[in-house]
Amino acid sequence: MSDLRALDPPGLAVDVTVLRGEFVVTAAFEVLAGRPLALVGPNGAGKTTVLNALAGHVEAERGSIQLGRRELVGLAPEERRVGVVFQDFLLFPHLSVIDNVAYGIRMHGARRSVARVAALPWLERFELGTLAARYPHELSGGQAQRVALARALAAEPDVLLLDEPMAALDVEIRDEVRSQLAGHLRDFAGPTVIVTHSAADVTALAADVLVLERGTVTQRGAWDGLMAAPATPYVARLVQRRDE
Amino acid sequence: MRTRRPAVLVATVAAALMLTGCSGVGGADVPSPSRSQDALKGTVTVLAAASLAQVYGQLATEFEKLHPKVTITQSFGGSSALATQIVQGAPADLFATANEVTMKPVTDAGLTDQTPIVYATNVLTLIVPPSNPAKVTTVGDLANPAVKVALCDKAVPCGSAAVTLLAAEHLRVTPVTLEQDVTAVLTKVELDEVDAGLVYVTDATTAGNKVTQIAIPDAANVINRYPIALLKNSSNKAAARAFEQFILSTTGLAALKRAGFGTP
Amino acid sequence: MIAWLAIALLVLPLLGILLSAPWPQLPGLLLAPETLQALGLSLGTGAISTLLCLILGVPLAVIMARSVAWSVLPRRLLRAAVTIPLVLPPVVGGLALLLLLGRSGILGRYLAQLGITLPFTTGAVVIAQTFVAMPFLVFAVEGALRGADRRVELAAASLGASPFRVFRTVTIPLVAPGIAAGAVLCFARALGEFGATITFAGSYPGITRTLPIASYLASQTNLNQSIALALVLLAVSVVVLLSLRDRWLPGVRG
Repeated sequence: MSDLRALDPPGLAVDVTVLRGEFVVTAAFEVLAGRPLALVGPNGAGKTTVLNALAGHVEAERGSIQLGRRELVGLAPEERRVGVVFQDFLLFPHLSVIDNVAYGIRMHGARRSVARVAALPWLERFELGTLAARYPHELSGGQAQRVALARALAAEPDVLLLDEPMAALDVEIRDEVRSQLAGHLRDFAGPTVIVTHSAADVTALAADVLVLERGTVTQRGAWDGLMAAPATPYVARLVQRRDE
Repeated sequence: MRTRRPAVLVATVAAALMLTGCSGVGGADVPSPSRSQDALKGTVTVLAAASLAQVYGQLATEFEKLHPKVTITQSFGGSSALATQIVQGAPADLFATANEVTMKPVTDAGLTDQTPIVYATNVLTLIVPPSNPAKVTTVGDLANPAVKVALCDKAVPCGSAAVTLLAAEHLRVTPVTLEQDVTAVLTKVELDEVDAGLVYVTDATTAGNKVTQIAIPDAANVINRYPIALLKNSSNKAAARAFEQFILSTTGLAALKRAGFGTP
Repeated sequence: MIAWLAIALLVLPLLGILLSAPWPQLPGLLLAPETLQALGLSLGTGAISTLLCLILGVPLAVIMARSVAWSVLPRRLLRAAVTIPLVLPPVVGGLALLLLLGRSGILGRYLAQLGITLPFTTGAVVIAQTFVAMPFLVFAVEGALRGADRRVELAAASLGASPFRVFRTVTIPLVAPGIAAGAVLCFARALGEFGATITFAGSYPGITRTLPIASYLASQTNLNQSIALALVLLAVSVVVLLSLRDRWLPGVRG
């Protein structure tokens, strides 16, 4: 792990136990910048719980989350610099698109007017320029996802987390949006974790896979490795059903 | 123990007899229940000034003992508010106010069945909390700006009486509050929230030692005359008239006198 | 059908006021100094009370909304405490305030030593109004907080917002419709407040005699003036309540 600490941008080393009621989730893994990790598993396996622990929305019972030399356990969510794209995006309903994107910039000290100017390049990059004055309820699913991504990235996080990024979208547009998303993820320099239960997401967006079942890691590695030797019936079903 | 038991029994029986049968004991003044009066029954609704609540309550209980088939329902409030209710069509048999002015809208509307009879008077008195925090000794002290005074609003009889009284005394009083009825003034004095108030002598009597009374010389004091009238729309005139007569009987007048009322 | 009956029950009495209003004399009655004085006092105290309710009530609503996680007894006690002014006869509320804050009251006697006496002051009117109107604000805001998707606050935190900034920039705007509705109801309730005010603050023109008290006292002698005052109260309330819909921030649904 010492090599991981020295990397620039730094990698993420996670080894945590999280309690969710009676349910115990334990996960240890590393994520390198430029090699997005897909966290897969059946419903209720604890994927989102791990993600919430990384973001600081739930406190890890035990363990450590190291980002380079920084320890994230014990830090409040707003101190972690961990960007999140939520499953249903959770855009601010009372703010326009530009103010949604500018929000993180403002929270890091910029005045509203300055933050808006700083948000403009992000709007351009995510093809949101014409939507700047719209409100979230006026957006399509794909547009909302781009706003959510732009909002997370504009805050210049060290780590990016995506929770089921395709789940809220209509099936017809998923392929197109997914390939766009893959492009944007390649542009992000830091470690990225994508929670999903879709094989298509894994192959398009991630370099490595971590399989979580009933709160424990059952398999890890590259997609090809999983295909070659699925460790559990769940993985076997996952690799066969590439097209959801 | 055995000897006591019959005694208790006797007392119980006697009490029961008094309750059920022998109601003529009250003396010659009380209209004794002849056969025709025994025919009285039904409900009599009385609307009366708040200051009459105590006495009328007692008298109604006694009357109901004399005429078991009659139920007296009473509602007490500010005289003017009650007058408004009657003019607006409130069903009632008897109406008794705290002054003649508040009776007038009802007689003007032709709703009384008789010329109102004035049977009692009331005067204002000065009351202070038992601790008398502002050391009030005469009505003249009310003009002192340091004394917190509660009065009735001039819209109600106790307020108009207070205005007349203070004018007759050539006093300029700035009260801290003008209350909607006399009991509100009494409450504020009882709670020690004001230093003094002007209320009817009857209210002060009812309050007992919760307030201290300071008499106002008769010459200066305004006399409120209490009228009562049978109402035209009464649905039980016989019983209502009987209750009115009971109030005007020596029993009734004696009860009023005990409560602090004067005679006109 | 039953709904229409309900509407009739609610609206017809108001129609009664309109029909029996002394329209020819109305301008004179409305412009009478006593009317304007009572109106000014009511609007002023109502506005201050509403402001106080907002300052005190919004944080209370947040705690109420969070109390879902508490155990049953403290949660119910809190709810009961907030509901009491709603079900208590206002006169009793006023008496309670007098026993607490009156000059020989439990707290009032110490205030009196400091030279502060509350009863019979305009401040007492504001306290009485705040007491009776607070539940309207708290329940409206609490409802909005429960209805809102609070996970948006997590999104704000992950973007670097401290809890206080989350509250100010996300939570408050998110429940703004509830706050606005609560404030409007609160103001309307404060305007109509009678019992607690007359008991705790008394009734003196220009200082404590608000519109409802003036209207009640007028009803004792001059029904026309009473109706005129009631009309003013009704008109102000209707205007205030009609404003309830259009205040929302742009883009917020519901």
